[in-house]
Amino acid sequence: MSAWAGSAHLKIRHGISYFMLGLAGLCALVVVGALFYILGYLMKNGGTSINLDFFTQLPKPVGETGGGMANAIVGSMKLLLLASLIGVPVGVIGGIYMAEFSGKISAFILQYTADLLNGVPSIVIGILAYTLVVLPMKHFSAIAGGFALGIMMIPITLRSTEEFLRGVPLALREGSMALGASKWRTIVSVVLPAAYRGILTAILLSLARVAGETAPLLFTALNNRYWSPGWNQPIASLPYMVWNYAISPYDDWHRQAWAAGLVLLAMVLLTNIVARVVLARGSNAMPR
Amino acid sequence: MATATTAGKSAGPRAAPRSFSARLMDGDQVAHLITFIFAASIMLITVLLVIVLWNHSVLPRNKFGLSFFTGRVWDPVAEQFGALPFVYGTLVTSALSLIIGVPLGLGAAIFLAELAPPKISDGLTFIIELLAAVPSVIYGLLGIFVVVPFVRTGLAPWLIRHFGFLPIFKGPCYGVSFLAAGLVLAIMIVPFIVSVSREVLLAVPRDQREAALALGSTRWESTWKVVVPFATTGILGSVFLAMARALGETMAVTMVVGNVTEIKTSLLAPGYSIAAVIANEFTEATGEIYLQALVELGLVLFLVTFVLNGLARLLILFTAQRGGTT
Amino acid sequence: MKKYAMAAGLCLAMALAVGAQSGATLLNGAGATFPYPIYSKWFDVYRQEHSNVQINYQSIGSGGGIRQVIAGTVDFGATDGPMKDEQISQVKTGVLHFPTVLGSVVPIYNIPGVTAELDFTQAALAGIYLGKITKWNDPEIANANKGVNLPADDIVVVHRSDGSGTTYIWVDFLSKVSPEWAGKVGKDTSVNWPVGLGGKGNEGVSGLVKQTPDAIGYVELIYALQNKMTYGKVQNKDGQFVKADLATTTAAAAGAAKSMPEDFRVSITNAPGKTAYPISSFTWLLIPTTIPDASKRDTLKDFLKWMLSKGQTYTADLGYAPLPKEVVQQESKAIAKIK
Repeated sequence: MSAWAGSAHLKIRHGISYFMLGLAGLCALVVVGALFYILGYLMKNGGTSINLDFFTQLPKPVGETGGGMANAIVGSMKLLLLASLIGVPVGVIGGIYMAEFSGKISAFILQYTADLLNGVPSIVIGILAYTLVVLPMKHFSAIAGGFALGIMMIPITLRSTEEFLRGVPLALREGSMALGASKWRTIVSVVLPAAYRGILTAILLSLARVAGETAPLLFTALNNRYWSPGWNQPIASLPYMVWNYAISPYDDWHRQAWAAGLVLLAMVLLTNIVARVVLARGSNAMPR
Repeated sequence: MATATTAGKSAGPRAAPRSFSARLMDGDQVAHLITFIFAASIMLITVLLVIVLWNHSVLPRNKFGLSFFTGRVWDPVAEQFGALPFVYGTLVTSALSLIIGVPLGLGAAIFLAELAPPKISDGLTFIIELLAAVPSVIYGLLGIFVVVPFVRTGLAPWLIRHFGFLPIFKGPCYGVSFLAAGLVLAIMIVPFIVSVSREVLLAVPRDQREAALALGSTRWESTWKVVVPFATTGILGSVFLAMARALGETMAVTMVVGNVTEIKTSLLAPGYSIAAVIANEFTEATGEIYLQALVELGLVLFLVTFVLNGLARLLILFTAQRGGTT
Repeated sequence: MKKYAMAAGLCLAMALAVGAQSGATLLNGAGATFPYPIYSKWFDVYRQEHSNVQINYQSIGSGGGIRQVIAGTVDFGATDGPMKDEQISQVKTGVLHFPTVLGSVVPIYNIPGVTAELDFTQAALAGIYLGKITKWNDPEIANANKGVNLPADDIVVVHRSDGSGTTYIWVDFLSKVSPEWAGKVGKDTSVNWPVGLGGKGNEGVSGLVKQTPDAIGYVELIYALQNKMTYGKVQNKDGQFVKADLATTTAAAAGAAKSMPEDFRVSITNAPGKTAYPISSFTWLLIPTTIPDASKRDTLKDFLKWMLSKGQTYTADLGYAPLPKEVVQQESKAIAKIK
């Protein structure tokens, strides 16, 4: 560091310091502002477009005004349900292994794989689901869409479950073991209850993440203009509809794209916030 | 299952009779095995992914070999497939997003880690992390209706007027462009940079700052010359993570990039990206080799994420350990 | 855990409630965007008349329709460019082409300050899409449009980014009128474009043209009508500038109707006739020859009959031309081929 300088030099240095720190503050402001801008813009455009029809009606034929996205809302729910049937058990139980049973090497390999899988672009997961589910079943279906989303949920749930389980204090386990309980009993009756808020948070966050995914649904769930009974039919979903309507030339579809975008965003952000609240009310033992 | 029966029997008294313990030990092994199978399923999925991508991209690999990556022509009629325009577009949009996103994210991280009071910092970080949760199709929606018109009527004319002599700002601009995609991507990756960088900055030991301040350096000097260098590897890790995200982003890019199979130097020109071409053409590829060429693009995307993620994790791990030992 | 279980239970209950209304015949089709407006209208009306039938049609592009019929992932496909022989040979169940309506593709443009209907010569359209004509005031365009004040701005060419039958019709026309196009680019549902931006679907192209000043694109007539976009007249084989509408589209099909091939695969772009609109085409449903599921088979057959009779009455409202009588008769016989 250039040490002793004249007071003029010092002033300049302080000036630079304030300027740069101010700039850093401005960066933070811009980034935080971006979220509020997105929220505000969606509220403005989506808020005026949302009406009861949006939640209760089916889409109208192309180019006709009106209709809603009731089927897409229910469709998204069904897809998420299917996704959690795959993602939650595999993620949570896998996370238990990582935190409780794994050795150093196996933990490293599995962590790396999970992080890798988490980083794989969702469109590539779509190719996987198309090849493994759509082609053999000869059907675009809710199952294929749910499968793709479920695969995406696994690494997220697994890694965070692991993290929360590792956060459970050693003393709790030791107490249980000392009473003669086996490791397995200890996990089920002591560790899991202690970490369940964390696990719930993990599940909610992973659900929120996949709820907004469009790319893996393009060639798995496809879309449906009507209700999609059962599980083996193409199914509508909110993100697909946002995309589909946004690139259309119809003003009324743009209006509905904004409405769908707002509903989707509200769902995702609320889930995120609820997850944090759940976590915050939990015991202090949780990491972060 | 074994676990269910043991759970039922020992529900009552807290201290289970000794005689159970042998069986319970067996339960441990069963539990170990079962949980292992679930955890290992991610390996299975990953391996399956590689096999699927590899097996379904045999035709173009045999036909074009490495020239697949250098070919500029993507011609489904003549079944001639060269991926260079997509690779180029992916790299340009990602690089652009990093050029905008890294300073922005780093600045915000510095503010949150070094200046803001802990409570405010936590609150703002939470908001920024929410930004990461916004679905990409929503970024695309805003991209179409806000960013593209802004680029067309505001930013691009200004750039052309003042920097038009540079080949990268040559007009005309239709709005949909590398620049629009880069801008949208920048906002999408910033949260990743902020939250990871903030954490590694916070992990820098307190005495490092205090020593610098004691030596008479200003607040900024201590941050920029001491704290940030200390955390460089971790920050670099966050940049790689962000880059992986930018490279693979599909919906937001395809909605604003213009979807043109061309290689232009101008950032104001429209282009294409690997993920976008898969999204646009996968269900519609009529020929077998056409479809497989798209799967090969998926394979490329997978390999790139593989490498970037590896680098990112190693770097973050490295910083975390260094921060932890001090 | 309780809360989560409750939430899961709720979801399940909802899903089951929706799933409970099955027992109906569900058909899934995908393909062309060119007839999407009329198909979605047809399937909607048909569903209202037959409460136990639900036909879900997704406009993923003609290339997609062909691809998914080959892969067997849909019950039927739809396309604007007939399948090639080697494509048909890949469909294990066999496949039949059924023309449904006639449509036309029109050049749409968005030139600030120009509201007039422009006349496009065949050379002008080929030149623009080859990248040879780059300014709106190029003599090839200006000479045909005396009196219109065309700007000296760069033309922004917009085309489809996806595999598309609209593209097929468009480039089929360009191939017929421009040897250079036929040699350099050729015709297919997606081609290697010399110039231009890509938009996904008719929707995407008209959206892009609408939002981009000085843009030109090509869309199915109904998309231009519904969006109140100006579209140009196109010079036909006899040298006349013709505006796309029901009469001119029907006129283009007059020749083909009399000598329709057995499998209905025929091109009517650049058809002779003073009033014939040159960028017209049939659009086809792709129906598997053998459908093992009896209820699906009967439903599809019934729908085809409905489409040939009552369905044809909806065409005019949506800017399509109904099928010529001869073709309807020939098709009615062909329905029996579905086994």
